[in-house]
Amino acid sequence: MAARHLRILSGCNGALLSVRFFSDSTLAQEPIASTAIDSASVSPSINTAENHSQLNNNKKHSAPSSLKHAELAKFSAIADTWWDAEGPYKPLHALNPTRLAFIRSTLCRHFRKDPYSARPFEGLNIVDVGCGGGILSEPLARMGATVTGIDAVEKNIKIARLHADLDPETSTIEYCCTTAEKLVEEQRKFDAVIASEVIEHVADPAEFCKSLSALTVSEGATVISTINRSVRAYATAIIAAEHILHWLPKGTHQWSSFLTPEELVLILQRASIDVKEMAGFVYNPLTGRWSLSDDISVNFIAFGTKNS
Amino acid sequence: MNRIIVGRLSVNVSGLRVLQRSFCSSVAEKESEVKQSFTNNDDQYDVAVVGGGMVGMALACSLASMPLTKHLSVAIIDSNPALGKSNFIKKEDPPDPRVSTVTPATISFFKEIGAWQYVQQHRHAYFDKMQVWDYTGLGYTTYNARDVNKEILGCVVENKVLHSSLLSCMQNTEFQKTIYPSRLTSMALLPSSSSISVDSTPSATTLFTKGHLAKLDLSDGTSLYAKLVVGADGGKSRVRELAGFKTTGWSYSQNAIICTVEHNKENYCAWQRFLTTGPIALLPIGDNFSNIVWTMNPKDASDCKSMNEDDFVKILNHALDYGYGPHPKSISSGSVDMFSWFRGDATLSAKECFEVPPRVVKLASERMVFPLSLKHANNYVSKRVVLIGDAAHTVHPLAGQGVNLGFGDASTLSRIIAEGIAVGADIGEVSLLKKYEAERKPANIVMMAVLDGFQKAYSVDFGPLNILRAAAFHGAQYISPLKRNIISYASGEQRLPLPLPLFT
Repeated sequence: MAARHLRILSGCNGALLSVRFFSDSTLAQEPIASTAIDSASVSPSINTAENHSQLNNNKKHSAPSSLKHAELAKFSAIADTWWDAEGPYKPLHALNPTRLAFIRSTLCRHFRKDPYSARPFEGLNIVDVGCGGGILSEPLARMGATVTGIDAVEKNIKIARLHADLDPETSTIEYCCTTAEKLVEEQRKFDAVIASEVIEHVADPAEFCKSLSALTVSEGATVISTINRSVRAYATAIIAAEHILHWLPKGTHQWSSFLTPEELVLILQRASIDVKEMAGFVYNPLTGRWSLSDDISVNFIAFGTKNS
Repeated sequence: MNRIIVGRLSVNVSGLRVLQRSFCSSVAEKESEVKQSFTNNDDQYDVAVVGGGMVGMALACSLASMPLTKHLSVAIIDSNPALGKSNFIKKEDPPDPRVSTVTPATISFFKEIGAWQYVQQHRHAYFDKMQVWDYTGLGYTTYNARDVNKEILGCVVENKVLHSSLLSCMQNTEFQKTIYPSRLTSMALLPSSSSISVDSTPSATTLFTKGHLAKLDLSDGTSLYAKLVVGADGGKSRVRELAGFKTTGWSYSQNAIICTVEHNKENYCAWQRFLTTGPIALLPIGDNFSNIVWTMNPKDASDCKSMNEDDFVKILNHALDYGYGPHPKSISSGSVDMFSWFRGDATLSAKECFEVPPRVVKLASERMVFPLSLKHANNYVSKRVVLIGDAAHTVHPLAGQGVNLGFGDASTLSRIIAEGIAVGADIGEVSLLKKYEAERKPANIVMMAVLDGFQKAYSVDFGPLNILRAAAFHGAQYISPLKRNIISYASGEQRLPLPLPLFT
């Protein structure tokens, strides 16, 4: 861990967002293809002490799980629309191929799998934490992985089960209505643990990360994607996406629950996970497509490995 | 694979009753049952290509050549008996009048999929020069591949050679393909419904009723199922009709008469002359043979077809030479005219004089007549169905672009399918197929508009318009950037005629 080089964003006004990858020089790394480059953005000034106190305040002492119940109710209400590609989950469907490209790239490299194979994840056990309707779980299963999808909302699991049974390749997915903490209690372990667009809905991100880490085998992979707590993210993910464009129902996200990349790296570090790579998702309004980029000011995804 | 046995638990989480099902044993059983049902289902495919013509086979070859897609099982539905056997085209066979001009972009595509080596074993003719003029004699344009630093402008190949090359290419791979020598009669797709009960042994029929597969019924009574149906069945596409795609288009009230002719010497240049009734094109096909594509109104076309061979050869030479109007005057490089200030960066062909095309000595094949029309499907994709080639778009043959657009479709679709598989997508999903449409539709529409524009511009004999066209010829001949742009666009190197920054 001492050899790792951690460069933190400098909090200055109007500065160009510096591009950085967390890389381990012992592993052969190829740069992730970035197609969109952000030319000007405002990076928020970071006060780590303030953030730490916020995290502590969020800790619920009584509940064993890291879930927020208001969040659960929110998702339960629109559960039937998971697989409607034009419905409330349209942005997630549009984002799916992009996050899968990152997952495929990082996991293939980490587990030394053939990137040109049609089923590169053959032999890997993957858990999709907060799987929802299974939007991420199904493609992972098609890529050959043995997938377990968990979600705290039972309606989601029902929808996920029904949809997965439509295709023989995905009907092998194991869906459970449970939480990460429960799985830890059952002492389950997975080669890769993925929690995509989940941590911003969780009451205690630090505890959540500890659970994710406990589910990962030693030298396994953990992938987390979420939204940055930046001014730009407030403007795009909350104002634009929820209030103006109506891509997401109002109240889907709370800006105060977002994590900055530095915070995520720190809490993962404390959970024995070293973040090795990070990338951003950028939306091009002209083409209507998402792409991977170095711009982590709004949506970002992090890949880390569990220390042995 | 290790599976951890999960016990049955009943957990109360803050008032929510959650039941955890025991999955281990039942999932393991289900998995082995599913695997078994798959090996028994011979009529289930990943991709069903309806139409085994040049474009359909090009798609299949392309899927066979990429590592991400070569494991897919493909069914090819075409009643053409030639598909089942290996084709031997004898070198002594006279050239078939049905030929296509393949652009350099298509040649690259063929090389990528490994089919071009088979084309090279048969008759094919590269050409590096092209001359275009009209009956008014007011202007002409010569294009040379050297203008854009390339060796060739294109290659003229008989359709049967292209087709058999693709077949040979596919047969030499381990690609899982099954040929159904029949016609498509009906097709059914059901939207996925979540109210169907879970079947523990999903057969093809159950999967079909769940909307996971499309069902195709063939004229010989067999049925098959596929995740994706590709309509590559030509201008009168049955797939397009069954899927309910609406089309836009019009008939050109012109027919094209095609035949093979012979000269006394070799020809390496493509010639096109616009006459009052339509363009006449002379394309080299190798061994002193050339192909004629002559567009005219239907009455004249049937007259031409029925007249005796010698008369036909006479009128051919007349049309290519002095018929209907004088030769354009060549502008020698020394003279000063309004274009001289463009010539700083002059293309090689700007200095070339007007040449008369080689004389036709005799007819070498039967004459065939085809009606011409423009047709474009308003949509190329819907759930589990996609159109490529002439099924999606039919154009005027005046620039030899038709089949090249189709090959472009095949190339793009196979790439999109590979990208989909790379991220574990269901290949029949509309969101994935829409990416193909977004890439091909604008390019195809622009090309169709350009060709249609030409067709209309050249079908009117009106003094001022004739002079405008002459100016256009001069412009294309002497304004080098314009000529280079035209050549790049026609070669398939450039997707749109103007360097627009959008839609990249």
